[in-house]
Amino acid sequence: MSATIEQEALPKLTAKDFASNQEVKWCPGCGDYSILKQVQTVMPDLGIPKEDIVFISGIGCAARFSYYMDTYGMHSIHGRATAIASGVKSMNPNLSVWVVSGDGDAFSIGGNHFIHMMRRNFDLNYLVFNNQIYGLTKGQYSPTSEKGKVAKSTPYGSIEDPFNPSELALGAKASFVARSMDRDPKHLQAILKRANAHKGSSFVEIYQNCTVFNEGAFFGFTEKETKKERGLFLEHGKPLIFGANDDKGIILDGTTPRVVNFKEMGLSADDLWIHDEKDKIKASIIATFFDTSYDGTSFPRPFGVIFAEERPTYEDGMKSQIDALTAKKGKPSLDAILSGDKTWTIL
Amino acid sequence: MSVETNFKPQVPLIEADSIVIRFSGDSGDGMQLTGTQFTDTAAFLGNDLSTFPEYPAEIRAPQGTTAGVSGFQVHFGSREIYTPGDAFDVLVAMNAAALKVDLPKLKKGGIIITNTAGFDKKNLNLAGYPEGVNPLENDSLSEYKVHKVDVTKFTKECLNGSGLGMKEIERSKNMFVLGLLFWMFDEPMQYTIDFINEKFAKKPEIAEANIKTLKAGWNFGDNTELFATRFKVQAAKLPKGVYRNISGNSACAIGFVAASELSGLPLFLGSYPITPASDILHDLSKYKTNNVRTFQAEDEIAGICTAIGASYAGGLGITTTSGPGMSLKGEAMGLAMMLEIPLVILDVQRGGPSTGLPTKTEQSDLMQAMYGRHGESPLPIIAASSPADCFNTVLEACRIAIEHMTPIIVLTDGYIANGSEPWRFPAAADLKPIKVTRLTEPNGENGTLLPYKRDERGVRPYIVPGTPGLMHRIGGLEKASGTGNVAYDPMNHEKMTHERANKVEKIADSIPEIKPDSGNEKGKLCVLGWGSTSGSIKTAVRELIAEGHDVAHVHLHHINPFPKNLESLLKGYDKVLVPEMNCGQLVNLIRAKYLIPAIPYNKVQGLPFTTAELKTKILETLK
Repeated sequence: MSATIEQEALPKLTAKDFASNQEVKWCPGCGDYSILKQVQTVMPDLGIPKEDIVFISGIGCAARFSYYMDTYGMHSIHGRATAIASGVKSMNPNLSVWVVSGDGDAFSIGGNHFIHMMRRNFDLNYLVFNNQIYGLTKGQYSPTSEKGKVAKSTPYGSIEDPFNPSELALGAKASFVARSMDRDPKHLQAILKRANAHKGSSFVEIYQNCTVFNEGAFFGFTEKETKKERGLFLEHGKPLIFGANDDKGIILDGTTPRVVNFKEMGLSADDLWIHDEKDKIKASIIATFFDTSYDGTSFPRPFGVIFAEERPTYEDGMKSQIDALTAKKGKPSLDAILSGDKTWTIL
Repeated sequence: MSVETNFKPQVPLIEADSIVIRFSGDSGDGMQLTGTQFTDTAAFLGNDLSTFPEYPAEIRAPQGTTAGVSGFQVHFGSREIYTPGDAFDVLVAMNAAALKVDLPKLKKGGIIITNTAGFDKKNLNLAGYPEGVNPLENDSLSEYKVHKVDVTKFTKECLNGSGLGMKEIERSKNMFVLGLLFWMFDEPMQYTIDFINEKFAKKPEIAEANIKTLKAGWNFGDNTELFATRFKVQAAKLPKGVYRNISGNSACAIGFVAASELSGLPLFLGSYPITPASDILHDLSKYKTNNVRTFQAEDEIAGICTAIGASYAGGLGITTTSGPGMSLKGEAMGLAMMLEIPLVILDVQRGGPSTGLPTKTEQSDLMQAMYGRHGESPLPIIAASSPADCFNTVLEACRIAIEHMTPIIVLTDGYIANGSEPWRFPAAADLKPIKVTRLTEPNGENGTLLPYKRDERGVRPYIVPGTPGLMHRIGGLEKASGTGNVAYDPMNHEKMTHERANKVEKIADSIPEIKPDSGNEKGKLCVLGWGSTSGSIKTAVRELIAEGHDVAHVHLHHINPFPKNLESLLKGYDKVLVPEMNCGQLVNLIRAKYLIPAIPYNKVQGLPFTTAELKTKILETLK
């Protein structure tokens, strides 16, 4: 039974074909439902046979994701999905590997694996559902919670600064950094496709609403009334424009970004900062549009692909080293390995 | 086996059946290399032998101090040798600190060869001798044969005009000592000359200097009349065959490569550097031409998790570590146990807890291997008993992991990991293939898939991602028996807990029954050992049997599950004595499982048992 023949003979798969027979058990209204739907929706378009897709997750609400996909999947341990995925890709680079994680799983207990994953650049997709709270353990602040967060374990407010995941990823040499949200299906689908198309570790931070413990954490960015004012939707080669009336833009003054009301100033869109997702330095500045203010101005939060530039992947490096050495030296027989190069004979 | 040298001895050659030499000096004095070269030559000449390298935890501990002493012990003989020896016949002391540290273990009447340059005022001070006291100049060493040689001076004179700098000249002084030892034991220099030429092929001036110094050492013994005796250790009557010298860590690496070849599964090692296990990572990283994938992970947890991923994806995933790393891997071992996938976890035990004695040996991780996880999570455990036995042990572990779909723990320790012995290695054709069975079609009724359906051994099928039609999810949450779907049902949890434990128990059906290594199957006393104590127990028990005592030696390789006949075997003895380099771990497993009043005998000094210690304890127990 050949996989290829079977695949060709079948009609095109639909989103439903990617839903497992397991009951989805997230809280009603959870942002995870939308993310699951968008992932299942884009899957048929990726052209990857179902049996070659593997979802690996750690622990947390988001991590239940792998049970709900009718692909191969492993629900593993807290923070370690990245490490397990690295082993999977090392052994079989042909698999399409998707790591699903939450903000605690990825940046707290899994922080070490996260940075090394970005650095090594295995070719996989790393989706982090960021809801700025611990959901499964019932409401403690997370490493992405805002300073001052009042939660179960911080009744008087958190005294910690949060991570800005995009900056963290760029600092760890990520080759693909993007941000999207549960409440914009089209945007999320587009970003998921971009992530899949990128060869390397594709990091996608997805703002996800936790209705029970952190309702509305991202409403400023996701709801119609404020979305255009507070969000900056990036597109490669397009100017940085935002605002309810598309009247605001960002220019780069030396190394300092400035928000300008460009229409009032008589500037054209072409005079603004044109997004170049391959420019690491500029991407690094955009990534700081988070809690950094320049000259007292707060900046809109960037969504879309902040940075994308391919570089060699770990598994390709591993394979080419093995291939090159084997071509040069040949494969020694097991007998040669057993005997080593110094032996003696007892007669 | 004849030894060819041009030398006609003027000094009488005395036959010895075995000799223990301790090379001792500063960590930078090259004692490990000197010892290894002497060992290799003795091995080529057909001696049986056992080595024990012992070095400080610091790479370059303060020079000249007792903390910085690095030693290499070799026991070679014309009879079978199972231990590096209790006490030394010859002590090479390159400085005052080395003498101070190792003198207590020199036999009375033993030979001391010193480098007098290492006994100047500064060195004596650093070694902690009182002001004005030099052991070479008072009568404190009157019970020994002391040879005072200014090795440093002779080396400098020998290399005068060689064009080498003072530092490089200094570094050659170990070769002078090695040459002298070769002369003393009537061993040829050729093997070391070949080694030097190969090692310094790109630096011929260094090669030449080392060879010149080596020969100068030999000639010094030959020309001066300082030495009254020389020794000859004839070749041992070892079984016929082709041999190599092997350390435990190298044997582990080769065992893993062999398992990969025999199973056809590509090997993946996820490992984080840790003493004394790192050499396995180093060794395996050289076998890339055999499709070996090594991954130096960001931490111990990533080491095991990447290995889990590799096994899940269809390879042979392994991870290597020592005690503290084992603790960090505990949660992931639980996952692998829950997933039921092949995985080998190798623990080269060292003195603990915490950083403890990282370069010293101990057997104190047995309880950790047995019980050191959350939940009910029994895992098979297998232990290696000697450097060469590490090969068989690792191969057996891989076989169990793959054929029984389970993580397995291999225990070795610093003593056998770094120690070496001659190994009559097998031919690849004589090694049994490892059977890999994979599911490629649904295994349930009406085309359903049951990833946790078990065969008669309790083993679930191996389903590799990429297999069409068999997509399924596995994970750390409790699973329904058969389907593997998440299940919180209380009765199912109990059922699955037993199913997982039974699978491990059933491994006992496929392992050989245990027999005494020496002695009878019934009798007064059984000395029950496991792991690296094998050589010392074997030597002690065989000597006592020869002396007419009713004692037997039983040595365990499989610790979980135990061989099926262990209980009946042990119950055939009046007493069971369990020597361990810990505070009593196997002894408690035996007592708990079989209700046998086994007697503990424990040592936690970071050092192996001596034969003498064991003999004393055995005789005391026999009374």
